[in-house]
Amino acid sequence: MGALLITACGPAISIQDRGRLGFQRFGVSPAGAIDPLSLAVANVLVGNPADSAAVELGVGVTRFVAEGSLLIALAGPDCQLEVEGRRIPQLSSVEVRDGETVIARAGARAVYAYLAVRGGVAGPREMGSRSQHRRSAIGGPALGPGSAVRGGDDTDGTPKRLIGNPFDDPGPIRILAGPQDDYFDPSMIARLCRGDYRIGALRDRMGLQLDGPPLQHRHGYNIVSDGIVEGAIQVPGNGRPIVLLRDRQTTGGYPKIATIISADIGRFAQLPSGTAVRLRLVTLDEAIEAARAMKSLIDGLDGKLAPLEAGLSSELLLSLNLIDGVTSAEAPAS
Amino acid sequence: MTRATPAEAGEKAAAASEIRLLSFGDTALTVEFGSVIDAGLNARVLALDAALASEAPRGVLETVPTYRSLLVIFDPLVVDLPGLKTRIRALAASDIAVKRSARRWRVPVVYGGAFGMDLEATAAVHGLSAEELIGRHQGATYTVAMIGFMPGFAYLSGLDPALATPRRPEPRQLVPAQSVSIGGAQCAISSVEGPSGWHMLGRTPVRGFMPQREPVFLYEPGDAIRFERIAADEWPALDQRAAAGEPVAVSEP
Repeated sequence: MGALLITACGPAISIQDRGRLGFQRFGVSPAGAIDPLSLAVANVLVGNPADSAAVELGVGVTRFVAEGSLLIALAGPDCQLEVEGRRIPQLSSVEVRDGETVIARAGARAVYAYLAVRGGVAGPREMGSRSQHRRSAIGGPALGPGSAVRGGDDTDGTPKRLIGNPFDDPGPIRILAGPQDDYFDPSMIARLCRGDYRIGALRDRMGLQLDGPPLQHRHGYNIVSDGIVEGAIQVPGNGRPIVLLRDRQTTGGYPKIATIISADIGRFAQLPSGTAVRLRLVTLDEAIEAARAMKSLIDGLDGKLAPLEAGLSSELLLSLNLIDGVTSAEAPAS
Repeated sequence: MTRATPAEAGEKAAAASEIRLLSFGDTALTVEFGSVIDAGLNARVLALDAALASEAPRGVLETVPTYRSLLVIFDPLVVDLPGLKTRIRALAASDIAVKRSARRWRVPVVYGGAFGMDLEATAAVHGLSAEELIGRHQGATYTVAMIGFMPGFAYLSGLDPALATPRRPEPRQLVPAQSVSIGGAQCAISSVEGPSGWHMLGRTPVRGFMPQREPVFLYEPGDAIRFERIAADEWPALDQRAAAGEPVAVSEP
């Protein structure tokens, strides 16, 4: 069984899978991958179930040294993976061998990337999930230099590529009004959708602030705490909207003017700070249709794999060009 | 739950018609019973929670009861949303909603001193001696109204209204886990170390949340709690047993 020994990393690194279902009634944050699509792509590329545990990388560079051989993949909207100085094309897996140096980063146009290891990243399974929740110390000790990332026992996979780019959706981030939109004048939802907001610098896995014109409450801003879902846009007294993400508290006491739909929350959370955010109000039917499309995108990833050796078909070359301009799997790092 | 009198049932039906089903994104509904902290509202939340749990509607993934609302989280691709809404309205209006057979816990507490550094000051606020305050505090039966803030952090209803105490103007940066405290009209048992603006009356050796233990969580919303004073010299042994995974709290039928 191989491992990747972390030699350097930023603070925002953790093990995540689909998250912890069923324990919010006990005050347990669901945690889980901020961007489930990227998690799925990384896993499928190494032959794992889409929601297996992987290493979530935030901003910064992560360096590993391989102990033994492993099949790995890094996925995210704009990530970079190097093995021994070779740049690995995006949307492909690679075999690393004992002693090789691996460098991974989420990229400039995204915040998170997922490093999957064949067999799934090992870690203590607590309450049905390996997701780490730092604030409540669930899911084992924080990763840092010296930590070993281990995969499963099955290391027999071969490197694959994904045909097409699942990260090409440039559309606005879709929201549904509520549950406390009645705490606001309808013009406040319109204000939210006017395009004046940017992703703020205050952000973590718990939530992120939107910078822009403050939203005014109609009836004050204190409500008796109720349960919160991912994507909720809560508006505290200062009028600055905060979008709640995976590591959120399970209950909260500010009115939620709107909620980012489940299909778009991962894409939204990947936007770097300073990025202008386009929000669009949709209907529940549209949101459910988007959820269906996201599920079929993830379920269909397996069918879009091609062996890396089969390499230079015109379809593959085309997809490589579309993604990052790299046309050889062994292209040197630029 | 016993059958209500016709007058009560009428009142309840009227109240039930006021519940609001609020869409919360495409994956949840907030069933709102009211907007204030109130034991009656909380009882209805917990009754609906139990009733839904016994039916397990298709696609419902989990529920989160709070003081005044029930969050119902579902898979939008599996749930029959109109059917679920109809069912929720019917259950909320029903006066025979099945209530979970709540457990009753006797929870040992060391009051005052280093275990409850605000005991004397809180008593003074109410013109009581520390002994009087302890008597009133452990004289009540509490209900676990909700669990939130951190894993296993239990918010209790049932505090003697005469003991309601506004929160401290300056929160403390760190109070120990398992503190028993008062904030406003609420009482709580904390589960992990953390900041708090509440008044620390005492501390229990009972671990409400222990990841390595089965069950991981001791209390569930709806459970009844009575505090039982113990002496400071009983703490070390009880704490040691609790740390080893024993519940220490006594569960009564």
